[in-house]
Amino acid sequence: MLHIDDLVVRYGSAVAIDGLSLHVEAGEMVALVGPNGAGKSTLINTVTGLLSPASGSVRCEGRVAQVPEGRQMFADMTVEDNLLLGGWSIRNRDLSEVFDLLPDLAGMRRRKAGRLSGGQQQMVAVGRALMARPDLLAIDELSLGLAPLVVAELAGHLRVLNRERGTAVLLVEQEVGLAFDVCARACVLEAGRVVASGPSASVAKSDAVRRAYFGDLGQEEAGQATMTEAVT
Amino acid sequence: MKELVTYLVSGIALGSSFALIGSGFVVVHRVTRVVNFAQGSIAVVGGMLSATLLGGRLPHGVAEPAAVAICGVVGLTVGFLALGRRGTPPLISLIVTLGVSMLISAAIIWLWGQDPVSPPGLDGSATLLGATVERQRLLVVGATVLAFAALALFFSRSYVGKALTASASNPFAARMVGIDVRRMGLLAFALAGMLGGLAGVLVAPTNAVSFYSDLPLALSGFAAAVFGGLVSPLRTLVGGLGLGIAGQLTAGYLNGSYQTEVALLLMLVIMIARSSTFVHEEAK
Repeated sequence: MLHIDDLVVRYGSAVAIDGLSLHVEAGEMVALVGPNGAGKSTLINTVTGLLSPASGSVRCEGRVAQVPEGRQMFADMTVEDNLLLGGWSIRNRDLSEVFDLLPDLAGMRRRKAGRLSGGQQQMVAVGRALMARPDLLAIDELSLGLAPLVVAELAGHLRVLNRERGTAVLLVEQEVGLAFDVCARACVLEAGRVVASGPSASVAKSDAVRRAYFGDLGQEEAGQATMTEAVT
Repeated sequence: MKELVTYLVSGIALGSSFALIGSGFVVVHRVTRVVNFAQGSIAVVGGMLSATLLGGRLPHGVAEPAAVAICGVVGLTVGFLALGRRGTPPLISLIVTLGVSMLISAAIIWLWGQDPVSPPGLDGSATLLGATVERQRLLVVGATVLAFAALALFFSRSYVGKALTASASNPFAARMVGIDVRRMGLLAFALAGMLGGLAGVLVAPTNAVSFYSDLPLALSGFAAAVFGGLVSPLRTLVGGLGLGIAGQLTAGYLNGSYQTEVALLLMLVIMIARSSTFVHEEAK
């Protein structure tokens, strides 16, 4: 359902995405991992139309919605207003579907989004994206700044969403263990290119992941030991 | 005492028009970060248009809303010119609004000449706390209260109003959910044009307007908006009323020619006093 071919994205003269190709099938959950500056967020922002490609193509058969890095709340507005605005593109003002999936949001609907905890804000960000009834949910750093228990709860919601509604998920995540656990398939990005791709369990053991996060340290054993901790 | 009541009521009426012009500054600045200095000129166009339409035999109640609507179109045009292409910096847009303001002044001279114009307003007077007050001034106050209530309802209850607020609160997130932030900016300019036009329509029957009224009106409106931190319509209302009352008391007890200087002085005091708040709000 998502077809990215030979994509190049630039910030001025700097190349952020360099000839990247990636395909996501309907109902698939794909993790994008890689070091800072690999181009993960740039890719997400291009998929959702916030950035324009310099060349190549991004084609999506269905609606895409984004859960952005840093939550990006409408801070002075209520949770309800944040959710309602999530449905702006399709004029969807029916909150019941989102409340069914994320019942905690119903209890905080009158509260100002800027006054919620990080985990609550992330839940609002997910709910806001779901208001667009997306076929593909692009999530940028689900776990950023959140406690492990909160992250586990959000990951559970994503699994339910994928299982019950068939929503495809493209998950950018620094926490590789979480990414590989939630998504069946994973891609490793480095310098704007896909350097490894395949089932998450295989990618987790690949040198590409080790190199992406630890570089060429020349201390393979130390690296392997740390990786094992990171992915378990 | 009667004198004081008269000055207070006329100050509140004049301040109401400053607040309307100022809220136009606020609406545009919140969404686009642009200070629209064509606001004063649009208010003058509003006053002039209502005089022309009333002179053309349009009845009261039709001519004034028509003038306000046309000012909305003028505001929208200013927005198109000021916002230009995507990514135009707010400072460039501000300079464009100054240029457009001069063009509008030239158009006013071309269409209506250089003499002050005062359309007929509400006739008669009422007695308030023993003082005689023109009914037109009471109409200005009432219409301003209604306009601000409508503005508050629009922003808090309507879907489009919420989208405007969202565009002001977090433009990145607004774009992400599919709101066309530039279109919202244009809508803000149109809304500001209507608010400016309403101010002109209301104030012109008691304070004749001419092409050179634009600067005092823009400065007073801007001072009121500065009191509201360029973000709060309600505080802009308070700022406008304070400015109008101060101006009328100065005119009544000192000298009428000092009114603009009073507005400028108060704006300077407010900007210095609130500079730390501006930095904080800009950081948000």
